[in-house]
Amino acid sequence: MKNWLSIRTIVAAGIGAAIFIILRYISIPVGFIPNTTVQLSYIFLALIAVIYGPVAGGLIGLIGHSLGDAFQYGSVWWSWVIVSTLVGIGFGLVSGRLKISEGDFNWKSIALFNIAQVITQAIGWFLIAPVLDIVIYGEPANKVFVQGFTAGILDIVTVGIFGTLLIWIYAQTRTRTGSLKKEA
Amino acid sequence: MNFRMLSYIDRPSPIHRLTGATKLICFILWSVIGMSTYDTRILFVMLIVGLLVFKLSQTKVREVSFVLTFILIFLLLNDIAIYVFAPQQGTLIYGTRHVLLDLPGRYALTWEQLFYQLNITLKYFVVIPFALLFVVTTQPSEFAASLNRIGVNYRIALAVSITLRYIPDIQRNYHEIAQAQQARGVDLSRKAKFRQRMRQAATIVIPLIFSSLERIEVISNAMELRRFGKKKKRTWYNAKPFAFRDFFAIGFSLALLLLSLWLAIQHGSRYYNPFQ
Repeated sequence: MKNWLSIRTIVAAGIGAAIFIILRYISIPVGFIPNTTVQLSYIFLALIAVIYGPVAGGLIGLIGHSLGDAFQYGSVWWSWVIVSTLVGIGFGLVSGRLKISEGDFNWKSIALFNIAQVITQAIGWFLIAPVLDIVIYGEPANKVFVQGFTAGILDIVTVGIFGTLLIWIYAQTRTRTGSLKKEA
Repeated sequence: MNFRMLSYIDRPSPIHRLTGATKLICFILWSVIGMSTYDTRILFVMLIVGLLVFKLSQTKVREVSFVLTFILIFLLLNDIAIYVFAPQQGTLIYGTRHVLLDLPGRYALTWEQLFYQLNITLKYFVVIPFALLFVVTTQPSEFAASLNRIGVNYRIALAVSITLRYIPDIQRNYHEIAQAQQARGVDLSRKAKFRQRMRQAATIVIPLIFSSLERIEVISNAMELRRFGKKKKRTWYNAKPFAFRDFFAIGFSLALLLLSLWLAIQHGSRYYNPFQ
């Protein structure tokens, strides 16, 4: 119990979800495809999942997306909420292999993070979101796949550029282990 | 930046008096029915009950109108997109073809398509009154207690409670940072070009995120010091006991779910087909 749900994870999930919800308001609509925007919130989700791990990431996706939908639109699109949860978990899965909190975010880590984010988001937006939309709402297949691909590509690109940048900025603020030297 | 959000409105109505747990269970049950069924009759019952409950809650339409406008626009765009991508989806589902209006190409308008799109719009629409009312009539601090009541781990319920507690704080934080940056000469108006605006957004968003990350450390240390999470259970200041009306509301929703499932099994399909 204590290992997978520590106090830090709970607080990170709670506050992270609050920021996730606020950041949803700062998004750029694509316009010609409904309910599809470039969302700053996923960039933030990437950062916090990388710092606090998959449990926090998944919870932020779940709480942030469902409450955000309810407060902003007065209804909840469960199919996309599930995808946000999975994407949050996916971002967090590499957190153990990266040493962000120790200020270490080199090219290898950047590559690792981006491979993980492309794979999870591709599975989430290209596959799971459209399939759930078809199963739950009986929407036409070609429409939801276009929607999923547009959202997915936009999110992969924005997380790839700005997410990487944000994590790098965060890593710069951390003190590196072994950065102190004994003066001669 | 204007953060328009639904929030709790205090009113003496029977819906407000229901416990948070009841409203949450009912909301989940109605979402499940709305997602699983495609039966027009069930959807109409849900629509009418939803509107009645909305009336009963004494919520005024203008208090939620900004949300309603958005949803109606979304549903309209969604319907147009469905028609553009799959104008014969209805024919595919219902197996017959009654042409209403002969349009060029594959865009012939059929009764089946209209009926299918009516159903899909209803499916999205019927859940709205319940989601709206759940937000508008449930006190935020009771929400966490009710999550725990329906079996969610209290640590996770507390995470939700923290989210609700900190949304206003982070909004205030955002405005403070925005004003500080404007005082330093950052142009936040719409006159700036796209690239500049992205950079300006960063001058606000990055301090916002980093100050919040510090807050996570402070709060988790404080909770650690107060021995949070050492016991299997906890009590909630805002928990309410169940009354008759709670059992009635849950019973009604459950009955409707069973009815819709029974109808689907009887038909052998979740679509109600008036064309055969």
